[in-house]
Amino acid sequence: MLSGAILAWNLHTMFLRVPDELNQGAIFRIIYFHVPSAITSFTGFFFAMFASVAYLASKNLRFDAIAASINEVSLAFATITLITGSLWGRIAWGIWWTWDARLTSYFVCWLLYVGYLMLRRAIDDPTTRARLCAVLSIFACADIVIVWKSIEWFRTQHPGPVLSIRNGGGMAPGMEAPIWWNLLALLLLSTVLIMLRMRQDAIGREIDSLRRYANAF
Amino acid sequence: MDQNYTFMFYGFTAAWLVVIIYVISIALRERKLRAELDRVKRMVEGK
Repeated sequence: MLSGAILAWNLHTMFLRVPDELNQGAIFRIIYFHVPSAITSFTGFFFAMFASVAYLASKNLRFDAIAASINEVSLAFATITLITGSLWGRIAWGIWWTWDARLTSYFVCWLLYVGYLMLRRAIDDPTTRARLCAVLSIFACADIVIVWKSIEWFRTQHPGPVLSIRNGGGMAPGMEAPIWWNLLALLLLSTVLIMLRMRQDAIGREIDSLRRYANAF
Repeated sequence: MDQNYTFMFYGFTAAWLVVIIYVISIALRERKLRAELDRVKRMVEGK
């Protein structure tokens, strides 16, 4: 509810209070979904990495369920980032896609987490699935650092840092604030979705245990 | 300029569509799981 209220209020701010950007015009407003979605996905992938490490350390399948739920929800936000970025690029650059360091590393990141979900479906044994997926989740998280730093390490077509928390960031405060509010709203939304996914995982485990109980007789 | 607004609209629509489709997929999965749980519970009670 809170997430929905913030998003609704932000729509009002984005369209009625924030003026068009001087060079880009109205299309710059895509940043209000593109950047918060990207940061939401990064945050999720990082938390999933910690859950995966916790699984490998403890062998508790609950951590595997947490990592799987977070990675699935975060992948949805990563998809939003790719789509909105491509639409913005079509207007700002005149092309849908270019293989520069930021875009390519983020696409590789997206593929890695698609692979993570495919791997989960491909393995039936819960402990083998949890172990292999934990390793992949930790490995894939290394790409997040490359994605984040790519605009500083390489010359990219992707714009440089725009947020005030990073060196070189330079947006007017009134234009930057809706990004942070949208980030808060998307983080709240992703938390709700993760909790729903974890509840489903618990139901799945209950079904499995009931089946085992039924088969024992 | 018109294209500018059109693509902004596409961007916002795409973002919301991905969220809505994902939420619907979660709801459908939940319904399927609950039906399966009821079925397995009935099977266990019947034994």
